[in-house]
Amino acid sequence: MIEIKHLRYAYPAVEGQEPAAVLEDVDLHIEKGSFTAILGHNGSGKSTLAKLLSAVLLPSGGEVLVDGLSTAEEKNIMEIRRRVGMVFQNPDNQIVANVVEEDVAFAPENLGVPAEEIRARVDEALAAVGMEAFRLHAPHLLSGGQKQRIAIAGVLAMQPEVLVLDEVTAMLDPEGRREVLETVHRLNRERGMTVLLITHHMSEVEKADRVIVMEQGRVVMDGSPKEVFPRVEELRRLSLDVPGTVDLLYELRRIGWDVPLDALGVDECADAICKFLQ
Amino acid sequence: MEPIMRVENLSHVYSAGTPFQKGAVRNVSFDIMRGELLGVIGHTGSGKSTLIQHLNGLLKPSEGHIYLAGKDIWENPKEIRNVRFRVGLVFQYPEYQLFEETVRADVAFGPKNMGLSGEELEQRVRHAMEDVGLDASYLDKSPFELSGGEKRRVAIAGVLAMHPEVLILDEPTAGLDPEGRENLLRCLKSYQQKRKSTVLMVSHSMSEIARFSDRILVMKDARVLMCGTPEEVFSRTEELETAGLNTPKAARIALALRKRGVELPESIFTMEALVNALAAKKGGGGVC
Amino acid sequence: MLKDITLGQFFPGNTLAHRLDPRTKLMVTVLYIVALFCAKSFVSYGVMALWLVTAVQVSKVGYKALVKGLKPVWFIIVFTAVLNLIYIKGTPLVTIWKFTIYREAVETAVFMILRIAMLIMGTFLLTYTTSPIRLTDGLETLLSPLKKLHAPVHELAMMMAIALRFIPTLIEETDKIMSAQKARGADFESGGLLQRAKALIPILVPLFISAFRRADELATAMECRCYSGGEGRTKLHVLRFAAKDYLVLALAAVLTAAVIVLGRMGL
Repeated sequence: MIEIKHLRYAYPAVEGQEPAAVLEDVDLHIEKGSFTAILGHNGSGKSTLAKLLSAVLLPSGGEVLVDGLSTAEEKNIMEIRRRVGMVFQNPDNQIVANVVEEDVAFAPENLGVPAEEIRARVDEALAAVGMEAFRLHAPHLLSGGQKQRIAIAGVLAMQPEVLVLDEVTAMLDPEGRREVLETVHRLNRERGMTVLLITHHMSEVEKADRVIVMEQGRVVMDGSPKEVFPRVEELRRLSLDVPGTVDLLYELRRIGWDVPLDALGVDECADAICKFLQ
Repeated sequence: MEPIMRVENLSHVYSAGTPFQKGAVRNVSFDIMRGELLGVIGHTGSGKSTLIQHLNGLLKPSEGHIYLAGKDIWENPKEIRNVRFRVGLVFQYPEYQLFEETVRADVAFGPKNMGLSGEELEQRVRHAMEDVGLDASYLDKSPFELSGGEKRRVAIAGVLAMHPEVLILDEPTAGLDPEGRENLLRCLKSYQQKRKSTVLMVSHSMSEIARFSDRILVMKDARVLMCGTPEEVFSRTEELETAGLNTPKAARIALALRKRGVELPESIFTMEALVNALAAKKGGGGVC
Repeated sequence: MLKDITLGQFFPGNTLAHRLDPRTKLMVTVLYIVALFCAKSFVSYGVMALWLVTAVQVSKVGYKALVKGLKPVWFIIVFTAVLNLIYIKGTPLVTIWKFTIYREAVETAVFMILRIAMLIMGTFLLTYTTSPIRLTDGLETLLSPLKKLHAPVHELAMMMAIALRFIPTLIEETDKIMSAQKARGADFESGGLLQRAKALIPILVPLFISAFRRADELATAMECRCYSGGEGRTKLHVLRFAAKDYLVLALAAVLTAAVIVLGRMGL
């Protein structure tokens, strides 16, 4: 689905400064229908990667292929942007229209889709994020979680192949965060939407198929959550959180308990502890 | 401990008929003790933000009273600006209020409005910067070339420099990455302890509140649901969950373990306490 | 307090006033304004009032919201009315202390208040019943002949739509920044003109910075949603004149003509 080969990116040099490399030799292959999480703290290059996927930025070296189309070629850009739906951090700054349904219609309007089909796409996209009832509402009166779901509907209306979510929950309260994550997981599960979730919240990636950890523009870990989370020391060195359950199991192991480190869920973790106590 | 602030039967209802009815406060009473860190938690729209804007007189109560060191803050409305210096309020995303050319000038804005100048002003700016963990090399930089986390600290320093008797922060860690959160919270805790200052912190994160607060106030639907020490509040884990509030993960694991027949004290809410309790368990033989 | 500003707000609804083609509403509003400026007597103002009241009734917007929209301009209205009262001479009416108030002055002042108030209420009715996107769509289509002269009609319409979309957001933001600076002891209420102007800096600087950041992020988000200018764009709502549009337009034209004729007759 997405092929990233030896990708390098440096922001253009500011006067009197060396161009700072943000991404160095990133090689990734994203499977169709997968749910991939990209973790890293601020400045690890994860948001730059997102912008390279949708051809907002172009590679300084290497290439990004979306369904075989290279982002470096001018003629591909529109098609790539249609296939890669991007949602950003601040919900207020990506909603264009004053009425929900007109905002969702923005992308298909840009693509020159005929009116009746826009109508169908808008209704479908709003249903997909569970916001049909708010069709005629003004976006600025909605909650953060609802706005973010509208933003997701807005890209779904392009009928993209992959959804790239760049720290979409960073500005939301726990409730909004839950709403948005549930929506994204449902889209992945029920519609086979390929999802790339970029975040610095560990708790959001527990249910991903694959976790990629980035640091200083490089991929430093890549595997399933059960493979990545038990690497507690490494994660802490990268100043990333460890899920509470893994944290507990890790501490228990340090005092000599023989418990597995990969029991991520609360119940799973409790079971593991019980098993040991018996 | 004696209360430094007392909120008595506070009610605030937004003008009826507007769509902004959310966030009202109804008949709220509680005390803020001198030198404590009081954590406030609740859903968006539970009235937290409205509540804290009353504490420094930005909003006027529809009913009820707010006492600062025993005196009603609205006794003399002309003095309200003075109350704002004594009760420092840091809003959500405070970095959006930075405007001066240098960090020094921005931090000095509050104390300057208080009429301070010269050596005293400079001293306050430097101390405030120390309190938020930034060294003097930042003073001459433009606030706009700093990173997000640094900007946030500078903005907080701008309030600390007024030497408020009570510091109020509305979600100080919102939007920061885990490292930034941890650092900021440690700074605030050490500020509270070192300066013997009173801090009230609103947060969405139960685990933050659990780890750093001396007492916790839980708001729900414009009212106070609970108020007490973390032990008291988190021993009511199930009640909190029914109210739709997150509980710290340690409390949730402890609950899951209790349900499986592991005997654990009710008051566990940090990982540390849970590890200790479990370690003691193993020593005393398995129960499960 | 800034939340009281209702400029550019839209109240969704499904009345005839909401369903009319935005172009019809724009043209009716233009006719209404023309008529308003031709009205010279109580009779013609009566016709105008009838026009406005009918429109308000049909739209179900409610007079409260309309009057609220007048709030920010009350001062200007009263101020100009008072100036009129003082400076216009003619037949003396009453004398209070040293000032003589003339009949003509009262008339002019009353008409002026009516004119400004009705002008504002009429245009507000347009924005209250038309979503900004429909409004700008309408404007873009009405002005589309100008595209042949290479006028950037689409770009202007898009800019207007975005500006209207961000007005509530920026107002809310201004409120927040004001509170935050007040909490740091900023004083916006006292001092001379210069001091007050200076007191605005702590509000304006953060507001501009935030507006630029928003603009930047919005531009990226729009690009990511395949925006590339007006060419080849389609619309969710295709504008189509229906029978009701022609009827309403005809009615507005008749009313305007009537007011002009009345004016000629000196009424």
